[in-house]
Amino acid sequence: MIQEQAGAVLGHPVHPDSNVFVRILEWLPLPEIIPGWVVTFGGVMLGMSIFLAVMSVLVMFCVWMERKVSGHIQCRTGPMYAGGWHGWAQSLADGVKLLLKEDMIPKDADRTLFWIAPAIVLGSIFGAMVAFPLSYDWWFGRMDLGVFAILALSSTTTIGVVMAGWASASKWSLYGAMREAAQVVAYEIPLGLSLLAPLFVLGTFSLTEASAMQSGWFGMKWAIFTNPFLIPAFLIYVVSALAETKRAPFDLPEAESELVAGFMTEYSGIRWSFFFFEEYAAMLLMSVLGAFFWFGGFESPLTGALRASGMEDTSLVFSLVCFGTVLFKGFVGIFLMMWLRWTLPRVRIDQVMTMGYKYLTPLALFCVLGAASWEALQHLIFS
Amino acid sequence: MSNSTSNTPEKEHKSSYRAEERRTLSSGEEEFFFDVKTSDMEVNMGPQHPATHGVMRVLIRCDGELVTGSQVHLGYLHRCAEKIGENVEWLQYLPYTDRYDYLAAMNNNLGYSMAVEALMPGLEIPRRAVLLRTINVELNRIASHLVAYGTYGLDIGAITPFLYAFREREWIQALFEKICGARLTYSYIRIGGVFNDAPPGWLKEVGHFCDVFEEKWKEYRDLLALNHIFIKRTAHVGVIPKDMAIDFGLTGPMLRGSGVDFDLRRDMPYMAYGEAYEAGAFKVPVGSGEKGELGDSWDRFYVRVEEMMESIKLVRWCLGVIEDGPIIGEIPKVIKVPAGEAYVGIENPRGELGHYVHSDGGKVAVRCRVRGPSFTNIAVVEELMPGTLLADSVAIIGSTDIVIGETDR
Repeated sequence: MIQEQAGAVLGHPVHPDSNVFVRILEWLPLPEIIPGWVVTFGGVMLGMSIFLAVMSVLVMFCVWMERKVSGHIQCRTGPMYAGGWHGWAQSLADGVKLLLKEDMIPKDADRTLFWIAPAIVLGSIFGAMVAFPLSYDWWFGRMDLGVFAILALSSTTTIGVVMAGWASASKWSLYGAMREAAQVVAYEIPLGLSLLAPLFVLGTFSLTEASAMQSGWFGMKWAIFTNPFLIPAFLIYVVSALAETKRAPFDLPEAESELVAGFMTEYSGIRWSFFFFEEYAAMLLMSVLGAFFWFGGFESPLTGALRASGMEDTSLVFSLVCFGTVLFKGFVGIFLMMWLRWTLPRVRIDQVMTMGYKYLTPLALFCVLGAASWEALQHLIFS
Repeated sequence: MSNSTSNTPEKEHKSSYRAEERRTLSSGEEEFFFDVKTSDMEVNMGPQHPATHGVMRVLIRCDGELVTGSQVHLGYLHRCAEKIGENVEWLQYLPYTDRYDYLAAMNNNLGYSMAVEALMPGLEIPRRAVLLRTINVELNRIASHLVAYGTYGLDIGAITPFLYAFREREWIQALFEKICGARLTYSYIRIGGVFNDAPPGWLKEVGHFCDVFEEKWKEYRDLLALNHIFIKRTAHVGVIPKDMAIDFGLTGPMLRGSGVDFDLRRDMPYMAYGEAYEAGAFKVPVGSGEKGELGDSWDRFYVRVEEMMESIKLVRWCLGVIEDGPIIGEIPKVIKVPAGEAYVGIENPRGELGHYVHSDGGKVAVRCRVRGPSFTNIAVVEELMPGTLLADSVAIIGSTDIVIGETDR
């Protein structure tokens, strides 16, 4: 029902028939001699590489942004040399450096687990990213239950982290891994519950539909403006997302002054950079997810204006605007996370647990209840 | 007694994992099972660890996150400083004093110089030298406390205050560079006075620094010391009661953090401090248990933060009374110290830095002994750690503000 409703708001079906891979295949002038399965296989490969490239570039931009933001917060300039303009190539240079570094595995380490752990971490976080639509028209994987996919896959990184901590054969790594496990278990609940509140308001698990449902009021009918209980829910989401992504003040798994580098202590080179990548990818994931369910997703006054001027939702320009809008919102969230990281001290493990179980979980439940009741009341009054 | 000792090994030796045991089931299959027992884990914090502020090793016994015991191992930076003092001439030893508490080299110079001067009764130190010494020592105290402030922030997980603190510290170092040419190991305060007069405009710049620092100090206090998370992390952590602080021989901010009102600058005045205190130029900040208990880590930290402000007031007072004049007393090229022995303790940023020198009238000391505040203060860590969390143990080590160069010398 909600799908029709969202379609009615937009004036066309929410999900286009084909994803980006198929779109690329249709666009390529392929000779007919090539057998169909080769085309399909090649298309999927091409699509996946495009997806990986786009996401990697975004993550590298995050890393560069972290350096610049931290630099300016700390009265420095951050990278200025690599690449010329404000050190834009710093992340690339770092990547090359990490690739060329010696690949070290501790003698006592469990080699197999040590190898697999970074792959699991990176794979699951990029897997979760597949669920993100780039615009109403562009998507990699059609997911009607996109929220579930993202939450499930992004939690899988924990397995990789625990694996890495255990396999490293280092006591500090083990501490980091155990802290990560405890922290994620404690904060998964408030995170899921706080996401339930906007789900009640928007009535959908799909990110595209969620965005479509917020397209009223000239692109400003954002969920957070429509229900007062979504504001505390968002604050809970922010805290839980920080804990989920291991960002300060919840960076206990890698607490550099206590555990040296936590679960990454024994990792070096490109394998280490996988964990690093994961952290920024998770930040992007959490920020964009928050943007979709509280702050209108693709919708902004700009999209409202374009729609009013009669532009098709499926047109290229509109798609680009959608993509830019959601990225902008995501990066605002990432900036917030960076700002917090470079301002606040780290909390202690017992304080993390207390906050998660004793305060955030009941509060999140209250928000869900409140948001649901508010919606029910609105229905009773207006219909 | 014998009964209890015979029990200890068994109690201590809970073997962590008994290897897999095999048991044959009735069906003839072999079954593996692990007989898992838990035991405390021993973790080496250091010698290379970010929380130990140098090459100190703390052996921690942990039950999960809970610390059940600890042992501090020193000596990784031992450089025989005291023995060198018995082998080089009086003035030649001065650069070595720079190197034990490298964050407060001016104070070390002063302590050693005063100990030697105590053996030279005829020597009179000019007033300008006394005031220059006081200004530089207090500036150095600010610089040292800025490092303590910043690194304690790092220990708690706040990185930015560290860089802010180093911005002001950089300015102080630039001031020192202007007056003596060095940024870390100054050797500026010599036996009999100071070795170089303030360059033109230097005193004015110090005044300007005081103005700027007063503003920044408020920022620093609000940013870290009064931060909610910071207070939650440090209040009620590592509490040293008054009597325990005295029993362990703690000095400096460690002692005052526990509420003991004792400061050598006021209670055994040297240089211009007695005069300054009478003029009301500074007071001695003492821990009050404002945010938690008396003598917790936050109190110790806050005493340091407040002391920076008192030092600024002291510098201001000195700038007000300083006038032109000679900067060094009558000192021969080769110093021969009359026979005798002397102990002089001064208030280093970390506590009482005592120098004991023994002369037989020659060019070289017979005995040169240093009482380092960090060395004495670190002893209390072993007592504080059991029963805290791993993160607290880092907070406790950080709150002692030790300099490894001085604990090991």
